[in-house]
Amino acid sequence: MGDRASNGRTAVERISELELVVTRTFNGPVRLVFDAWTKPELFKLWWAPKSMGVPLLSCEMDVRTGGSYRITFGHGAADAMAFFGKYLDVSPPSRLVWTNDEGGEEGAVTTVTFEEENGRTLLMLRELYPSKEALDQSFVGMEDAMPEQFEQLDELLITLSASM
Amino acid sequence: MVQFSTTRLDASFAALSDATRRGVLEQLGSADASITELAENFHMTLTGMKKHIGVLEQAGLVTTEKVGRVRTCRLGTRGLEEEAAWIEARRQIWNARFDALDDVIEALKRKEKVDGGQSE
Repeated sequence: MGDRASNGRTAVERISELELVVTRTFNGPVRLVFDAWTKPELFKLWWAPKSMGVPLLSCEMDVRTGGSYRITFGHGAADAMAFFGKYLDVSPPSRLVWTNDEGGEEGAVTTVTFEEENGRTLLMLRELYPSKEALDQSFVGMEDAMPEQFEQLDELLITLSASM
Repeated sequence: MVQFSTTRLDASFAALSDATRRGVLEQLGSADASITELAENFHMTLTGMKKHIGVLEQAGLVTTEKVGRVRTCRLGTRGLEEEAAWIEARRQIWNARFDALDDVIEALKRKEKVDGGQSE
């Protein structure tokens, strides 16, 4: 079904006009993987990896059904971007569902399921969008900022100005 | 910057939503074929197959060329490039996150070993 991209580790597939599914297997028991998604001090360590180029500024998570979260990215207050929403379902250690309210009417609902198999954890993340257009134009994070390219451009500009 | 036209994406996803059309693309991936041949292979009427090819053509996934009385179909050159780029942009984000998550899980496992299997 649909398009699939996989390097054998992270597979991403658009399973319908409204849904995107990401799957990956982690080499650890489900309780540890679930902890890494639900304890802010651990979540902070991986949600904004270096290669994204945009650091995590703050991370508040009240991980329980009905609780809310707020995550901000940026280099400082001036360019900070906030992502926030509510946990619709927190069922340790197998299921997490949250809303992405920064998208307003077009915000997706994210469902993450965790399944243990022989000490490994199969993770499936599903984003369900309210409309086809919302998914077409979704920005999971900062992908369109292409930070690597900006960094390269910065370096190029430094090189150029040094040689002027 | 990942650029794509929403209209073309819509057409592509709609075109790919049908099993016969996906089969046709798969077949054209190995060799060009005429509409008559495709209709026979998929046990369809010529009219039915013409409709499917029309949808695939609209989406830019297939091109057709009429030589004499035979219309040959082949894969469109720009077929899935945009969709592939769209998916790939998202895959890169999640892959980067999950590579970092791997490291966190490894660290947690080591910590548990040190703590003698006591989880917090």
